[in-house]
Amino acid sequence: MTKGMVIIGAGECGGRAALALRDLGYDGPVTLIGDEPHLPYERPPLSKEAMASDTPEIKAIASDEILSERSIRHIHSVQAMAIDCAAHVVHLSDGSVLPYDKLLLATGSTPRKLPMPGLGARCVYLRTFNDALAIRAHLSAGNRIAIVGGGFIGLELAAAARRLGATVTVIEAQPRILMRGVPAEIAKIIHEAHEAEGVKILCGDGIAAIADDGAGVRIALAGGKDIVADLAVIGIGAVPVTGLAAEAGLTIDNGIAVDAELRTSDPDIFAAGDCCSFPLAVYGGRRVRLEAWRNAQEHGALAARNMLGAGESHAAVPWFWSDQYGLTLQISGLSDEGSKVVRRDLDDGAFILFHLAEDGRLVAASGIGPGNSVGRDIRLAEMLIAKRAKPAPEALGSQTIKLKSLLAA
Amino acid sequence: MSDWVEACDAEDIDEEDVMRFDHGGRTFAIYRSPDDEYFATDGLCTHEKVHLADGLVMDDIIECPKHNGRFSYKTGAARGAPVCVNLRTYPVKLDAGKVLVQIG
Repeated sequence: MTKGMVIIGAGECGGRAALALRDLGYDGPVTLIGDEPHLPYERPPLSKEAMASDTPEIKAIASDEILSERSIRHIHSVQAMAIDCAAHVVHLSDGSVLPYDKLLLATGSTPRKLPMPGLGARCVYLRTFNDALAIRAHLSAGNRIAIVGGGFIGLELAAAARRLGATVTVIEAQPRILMRGVPAEIAKIIHEAHEAEGVKILCGDGIAAIADDGAGVRIALAGGKDIVADLAVIGIGAVPVTGLAAEAGLTIDNGIAVDAELRTSDPDIFAAGDCCSFPLAVYGGRRVRLEAWRNAQEHGALAARNMLGAGESHAAVPWFWSDQYGLTLQISGLSDEGSKVVRRDLDDGAFILFHLAEDGRLVAASGIGPGNSVGRDIRLAEMLIAKRAKPAPEALGSQTIKLKSLLAA
Repeated sequence: MSDWVEACDAEDIDEEDVMRFDHGGRTFAIYRSPDDEYFATDGLCTHEKVHLADGLVMDDIIECPKHNGRFSYKTGAARGAPVCVNLRTYPVKLDAGKVLVQIG
């Protein structure tokens, strides 16, 4: 008898996987388990200016009607407590026991906690829609917001907070913002955009102490500065949610370890999205874990195909974007694979940095500009990266040579 | 019946490319396919209202520059996450080297 497919985690990845199983014609039971009270929804808007709306709304991946039309059972507000691999069942926090033929872990990631005492109710993290609503309630003119961590979540939130007139200070322990994965030349543009909008950015100074003294959150920096805020949002990265997998005895290696087909160390259990580390074929099988929306989508769809026996290996190139004020940043590939950079200037101050490996291979491209000025070229770069192309640096650097023409070469 | 509106010269658009066309407070995207046919759709992606004319045309697909949602520009059919709502299409004809769109 068919026990069906069970997906733990009803975010972008899990939601896409459930829909993909139906798109592929699977007609057995599909159950999607989520610990939030909401429909599967898109997380990227949570830190962006969409949150500046007076009534932020969930951007659902699938409505109730679509889920029911497609016979996807969505169990919300419930935790998966344990996996019994031998019996092929999942135990849920409501006491029920779900059998599965194949199981997908799409448990995502959770904000890295600031390992300090003294964090009160006004020191918060952002991951869920409810977190975003709670933060939104504090973003008003005159309110002081401290953002701990100059990464994407913090900076996007800083832009949204400025839109609403709050006073914003960003605290980054590293010498500059966006140290991880963003070239300094591009981080500088973003830094300047924030300063022009009135955000105060303090880099290269760690937090010595943090305390809520009733009047506000008081953050003492090691260098002697003192910042007082009405709300502190901590955005210092994310860690994969692996507890359930670890307790079930699955191999963990910077996330739930999966092979190129997203299969864990148990052949009937797959893992996908933020929670897993996987070999990236485009860089010779380098094991990575990506916290990115499109990766979650692609992994969800790939896991669905492989749960149905496709035996297909992951082949995509990482891709990421961020919006801050009128600027959009897009990155394809992993720039740390490169040793040399070629710059291509586009209209309106937009530009792209192409990252080339020692042997001339294009391994990544990072672009920034107003609106969607870099989208098309970053997409073409992604296709060149996937082809493992070695385009001539002069061609990459010249705006008069269309990138599309390099693809045919 | 609505009238045909002149959008651009046929030569304004490269093969396998797209151009934005604004008319009457609306925005459209005009396409030239690799086999030299012309098509027109609504100009904004159905996912987050981004101008598709900034996107990439590959064969009969237009890909949104923002989140890579894909549509067939010939039929308007949504072709993959994150888009799920089809794009509206409009009849196109060529007349004396001009691209005309029937805006309904």
